[in-house]
Amino acid sequence: MSRASFRELLGYWDERRRSQARDRLAGVPNALAETIALLLLAATLAFAVIRPRGLPEAVAAVPAALLMVALGILPVHAALDELGALGPTLGFLAAVLVLAELCEREGLFAAAGQRMASASRGRPVALLGLVFVVGAAVTAVLSLDATVVLLTPVVFATALRLRLRPKPHVYACTHLANSASLLLPVSNLTNLLAFRASSLSFARFATTMTLPWLAAIAVEWLVLRRFFAPDLVGRGEVVTQPKAGGAPRYAVAVLTLTLVGFGLASLVHLDPAVVAAAGALALAVPALRGRRARLADLGRAVGLGFLAFVAALGVVVRGVSDAGLGRLVDRLLPAGSSLWSLLAVAAVAAVLANLVNNLPAILLLLPAAAAAGPGSVLACLVGVNIGPNLTYVGSLATLLWRRVLRERDAEPAVAEFLQLGGLTVPAGLLAATAALWLMLRVLP
Amino acid sequence: MTATMDTTLRVLVWLVEGTWQGCIDAAKPLLTQDAQITLLHVAPTEVEEAAAGALAGLLGRGRPGPGRHPAERISVLSAQEAAELLAAAEARLGRHAHRQAAGGRVERVVVQAAQGADLLVAARDGDRSRLGPASLGPATRFVVDHAPCPVLLVWPDQAPGVESIPPPPPHPPHPGPPARPPP
Repeated sequence: MSRASFRELLGYWDERRRSQARDRLAGVPNALAETIALLLLAATLAFAVIRPRGLPEAVAAVPAALLMVALGILPVHAALDELGALGPTLGFLAAVLVLAELCEREGLFAAAGQRMASASRGRPVALLGLVFVVGAAVTAVLSLDATVVLLTPVVFATALRLRLRPKPHVYACTHLANSASLLLPVSNLTNLLAFRASSLSFARFATTMTLPWLAAIAVEWLVLRRFFAPDLVGRGEVVTQPKAGGAPRYAVAVLTLTLVGFGLASLVHLDPAVVAAAGALALAVPALRGRRARLADLGRAVGLGFLAFVAALGVVVRGVSDAGLGRLVDRLLPAGSSLWSLLAVAAVAAVLANLVNNLPAILLLLPAAAAAGPGSVLACLVGVNIGPNLTYVGSLATLLWRRVLRERDAEPAVAEFLQLGGLTVPAGLLAATAALWLMLRVLP
Repeated sequence: MTATMDTTLRVLVWLVEGTWQGCIDAAKPLLTQDAQITLLHVAPTEVEEAAAGALAGLLGRGRPGPGRHPAERISVLSAQEAAELLAAAEARLGRHAHRQAAGGRVERVVVQAAQGADLLVAARDGDRSRLGPASLGPATRFVVDHAPCPVLLVWPDQAPGVESIPPPPPHPPHPGPPARPPP
């Protein structure tokens, strides 16, 4: 079948669906479609937060996306359009996830732990400083997932090895996973999504976000250093660098080349996802040959369920957006590039991210933000990336659910988390957005 | 406690990373031959919860494979380390002691454990560079306030000399009443 006739067929099918849907939803089509779309989104998110019987999140998200199309709320062409736009982003995400997993297998995180242990010489404040450097770098280059899943246990083990109190260092990791994920498109899935929508080049994105990234990290440092002053006391053991088992040079070289490649790719208009895939491949081949990893491990690192969830969530959010919520977001999101409008955008994004989660939040905000310009897109990112630190679990919905699960024992700890979030998030939003405003004005 | 009853001194030594050596060194010369010593370490559960919460914030990632959940890895490491720290403390003490590794809200667990002890040995934490109300960390403050027995509060390193007392304010805030003439 030729491409044109396939399109025609799609168009016909679409038109038929829509007319059927009109018939079905006759009377109050818009209000009803909007309600159903919102219910589908709510069900998708509720399932992802609760995860009954540990089922993968995609189990609810994919049927919800299909229903969105089958009920005629979202036309087929719009759903395909959304999937087409998400495709390269998902590929990029998969490559970064594999890259992080292989770095772990090559011993990069363990080596980072060694270095932090020996360089801190048992001083707790020095260790916190090193955790900040490593945490910010890992989050920026290998994404926040790597920091949460791979780096946090290593940092904990490092603190214990030095016989230092682990709390400040672990909290620093969890906070930096969010607030230090502003720098590169690869640092956070929200960035990858925004990067596609913003029409910025990789290098441009990175240079603009350098100052906001540094500002957010500086705020975290100032607050955590003071907040945990009582725990940053005493002197731990001094650990000397062992001769064997230094940094995995090959993995570090591949990572460095991949980073350079990202910058160069934007000069020659090559998709940075290709560079990420090349980096992942360069690590995967020797790891598979040396049997340090099996194909199944890499498959698990890719997380097909996760990719399916993101794709389906994209379709569901598109349905909600097209059904009417998009117009509301348009009205809510201030346009313009003044400091005040950027701050307002970041605040709206942070609030939305805290109500549900930053993933649906950025999907919902992106169409309106992209129309308003790259400044708005980046301000949205500041909001959805720093915002989740307000609740340590990323959103109120998740926090409430976790409190339902264990009502009593987690409660006092939650108060401490919330207190820390209340100190870092407003200041971080303010500092990073002001830095963004400055960069947007200074950069040609 | 009267002399006819059990005269064994029961001492609870609360050990925290970074300051535990000071507690052992302070307790050592005070202990009589027959004193019963319990070495206590409490792992704060918030740390595990923070790691688990950060993972829960990553929507859609599913659950990491066996042995890869950060909170589980932390829990395993934490238990190992507590045992090692207690062993090192007993070695430093140079005599037999009962080792107790617990977990939970640290200050509450410590106060509970001090029930029935004759002495609790604890290290000062907090910001010792500025002596004043904040020079005692919140956990130690809670323990000092609620401990059901006498508390020996130990400087983990060098105790400050008397010269750490700030000079008195130059003028008294309120002038006192005029001096009465002697009768």
